[in-house]
Amino acid sequence: MQDVLQHLINGISYGSIYALIALGYTMVYGILQMINFAHAEVYMMGSYASFYAAKWLGIENSPGLSTLAILLLTSMISCSILSLAIERFAYRPLRKAPKINSLITAIGVSLLLQFLAQLFFGAQPRAFPTVLENQTLWTFGEVALKTSDVTVFGVSILAMLGLHYLIYHTKTGQAMRAVSANPTSASLMGINVNRTIAATFVVGSSLAGVGSVLVGMRYPKIDPLMGMMIGLKAFVAAVLGGIGSTMGAVLGGLIMGVSEEFVAGYLSSTLRDAIAFGLLIGILLLKPTGLFGRATSEKV
Amino acid sequence: MTRDAVFKVENLQVSYGPIQALKGLDFEVKRGEIVSLIGGNGAGKTTTLRALSGIVESQGRIFFCGTDISTMEAPSRVGLGISQSPEGRGIFPQMSVLENLSLGAYLRNNKVEIADDLEKCFALFPRIRERAKQVAGTLSGGEQQMLAICRCLMSRPKVLLLDEPSMGLAPLIVSQIFKIIVSLNQEGMTVLLVEQNARMALKIAHRAYVLETGRIVMTGTGAELLSNDSVRRAYLGI
Repeated sequence: MQDVLQHLINGISYGSIYALIALGYTMVYGILQMINFAHAEVYMMGSYASFYAAKWLGIENSPGLSTLAILLLTSMISCSILSLAIERFAYRPLRKAPKINSLITAIGVSLLLQFLAQLFFGAQPRAFPTVLENQTLWTFGEVALKTSDVTVFGVSILAMLGLHYLIYHTKTGQAMRAVSANPTSASLMGINVNRTIAATFVVGSSLAGVGSVLVGMRYPKIDPLMGMMIGLKAFVAAVLGGIGSTMGAVLGGLIMGVSEEFVAGYLSSTLRDAIAFGLLIGILLLKPTGLFGRATSEKV
Repeated sequence: MTRDAVFKVENLQVSYGPIQALKGLDFEVKRGEIVSLIGGNGAGKTTTLRALSGIVESQGRIFFCGTDISTMEAPSRVGLGISQSPEGRGIFPQMSVLENLSLGAYLRNNKVEIADDLEKCFALFPRIRERAKQVAGTLSGGEQQMLAICRCLMSRPKVLLLDEPSMGLAPLIVSQIFKIIVSLNQEGMTVLLVEQNARMALKIAHRAYVLETGRIVMTGTGAELLSNDSVRRAYLGI
């Protein structure tokens, strides 16, 4: 019973990171019907941005809330700028081209960033700065609740609540939903479609930026290919939840995190990655639209 | 140029890839008029509206109340007072009726005026008031068309561009919608109407243009065209 609880804590903690990254995939898909494969590399670049910022500011070894805040901000801003550039120069020129063109471009951008990172940052792994001291906050028998778990969960929840507020209670969010439903109608309402798409990229990649700091806190080792596996899993989480649905991405991420943790804990840790892709195959077979896949209620 | 021309269009051309959909149209819409564009499938009626609202690229010149708007983006044209209800209505099916209406007022900031206009819309379309909280995709076709027109009105337009408001609707609903168009016009709204239902469109129009494969082939008052033999044969099935 106790290790069930421990696995659950770990699973939710890691799952909320998957959820943050999955949100970026799902939001861009929702608005452009395109899988932004470069998202995982934006996440990776966020880690490096924090890494270099910490080094430059000399706060690599001074854990604390201010470090957390600085790194979060650095990472979010760097990810936003990078993804704005990708959107502007790689995707926007292809907006009227067939979808497959932007998909291939996304894969290209993803590879480009991976290799640029190897070229400039080196291929060897680096140690992520210490963000917070990892203390045990609470124990119950063998179950331990650590600072990192609470922080990861807390920060993720805050980010998701912020996202929810943005999407459902602001004009920008309203514009995002309108463009995602029907770009032509949206521009007939006076909505600037390009600006709204850019805003979506900023929001999605900021969440990836948050994710990169949280992962760095739990697994303080970064390298230029670190985005690949977590990106794929977050993508699967987005598909599991129903791509295009923000609620689905959150739930998909949590399911992914928890089930991985339980498989690793009770079956074998080598099966951890297999579960992700097993889930993907399962969903595609049983419910291709995912848990919250959009039901079409449109009357024509 | 006469000051009371809401739209004055010169040599309007639109191409979709290699296909030229509009081959140089000249027409105008004066303040307070209902102008109808009629013609068969593929004549270029919808394309004309899309060019006026800026959601397709066009060549030639479009003047709106005297200003050249030919190169202006669609959202800025909405700000000037051009509001289009697109073909197929283009409502946001997942959002509530109220939210659709608030999107109509997207560019406006004065909450008091917006609330005022919402009241006016509700007065004009009591059905929309009843459905305000409902998800727009669950409305009937006629209600969706009413919503689309309401949504246009929420931007306080100077001109309404209506694309096939009768499409897919029962005759009774169609005549209701047309009555509303006429009453909006009587209150001063300028309307440019595109219709397959040529009889209805000509009946309420002050003037009309007949389009054929991207060109204007005939023009006149609604009554003139209604009694014109070739129009009767080609579009009214008589």
